[in-house]
Amino acid sequence: MSTAENFPAFVNRKSFIELDGRARARSLFDEGTAKELVGPFDRVQSPWLPLQGVTPQADDGCIVIKGKIGGLPAVVVSLEGAFQGGSIGEVSGAKMTAALDLATRDSETGKKTAAVLLLETGGVRLQEANLGLAAIAEVISSILALRRHAPVITVVAGAVGCFGGMSLAAGVSSYVIMTKEARLGLNGPEVIEQESGIDEFDASDRALIWAIHGGEQRVGIGEADALVEDDAEKITSAIRGYVQAGPPSEHRSEQVKLNRDRIAALDTSKQIDPISLRKRWNGNDTTGGAR
Amino acid sequence: MEQIEFDYPAANRRIAKKAHVGVVGSGDMEVLMEPADGDGAHVTITTSVNGFQDSWKAVFDRFFSKFDGAVKIQINDAGATPGSVLLRLEQAVEVIEQ
Repeated sequence: MSTAENFPAFVNRKSFIELDGRARARSLFDEGTAKELVGPFDRVQSPWLPLQGVTPQADDGCIVIKGKIGGLPAVVVSLEGAFQGGSIGEVSGAKMTAALDLATRDSETGKKTAAVLLLETGGVRLQEANLGLAAIAEVISSILALRRHAPVITVVAGAVGCFGGMSLAAGVSSYVIMTKEARLGLNGPEVIEQESGIDEFDASDRALIWAIHGGEQRVGIGEADALVEDDAEKITSAIRGYVQAGPPSEHRSEQVKLNRDRIAALDTSKQIDPISLRKRWNGNDTTGGAR
Repeated sequence: MEQIEFDYPAANRRIAKKAHVGVVGSGDMEVLMEPADGDGAHVTITTSVNGFQDSWKAVFDRFFSKFDGAVKIQINDAGATPGSVLLRLEQAVEVIEQ
């Protein structure tokens, strides 16, 4: 049992989820092309957290790296899920917005630059509430500006997932890549339970959560584009594919009529289950995620 | 939250590289290690757990009993145990001595 071929593939694969935010971002670039912008030694950290007795992080949990992916210019913005739940504050939001705007500027002058957002976040950082909300608005408008020229690719790998205001950023992206472990949703399970009661949503029911927010379901109902295994190489190759493809002819968030019609056609008099929603909205993939 | 500072004037070997390791996540911390501006080593700690100055002192006394680099160390800590602190420091040393 000592040789590598005796182990199943998942033992030999390099997990993406297990990497921290910086290592995730670095792993995507062509060798020798990655260059970090406003790194930890620039010490652009949150001025608000220490005032509230919270230890800041030297990069504010937002890692920006520029380089080449599959030979094409790209910038990766990675949120560190372990620091304050990957939350967006004034500094991390400004870093993300500036990175997107620089990519737009380069793209407008002929050097098409794709953006990859590695989102592990609960949304706005509550300690910087209004500044965080403003940051979300800026990030979204910057994504809208860039996606006309070059693709904005969101990756939700897990295990934090992508919730709150940043799920809107995922929603306006050109492409969304998820793993089975990842979750994507506007309101997180605990928020729904708190606001609407445990009868509406039981936040301790993991199977329920993943059946609604999980990667399989999000891809299954067409709210995300690719379901990829937790494997750094497979995720990189999916990203490379979308960088090469360029922006889609119509973005998901532009399909207003399609989505209005879908919602209008739903029969809300009885409980809709995740699998039948997949059948109705996507017509095909109904494997996995059943409960 | 608490700020703690230490000086180790005997650590005088010149260092050329920088290292950044770790994340300010629960039970973990980040270390920024870089060449000192002048002679000796200087440590600045920002920690979310108050009242452990003596433990930090013991960890750094032990660290600088083996390491003599003139470094500036900044730590942002979210409750790392003394063992994790030493491991993160050794990890940073590994990067700057490469």
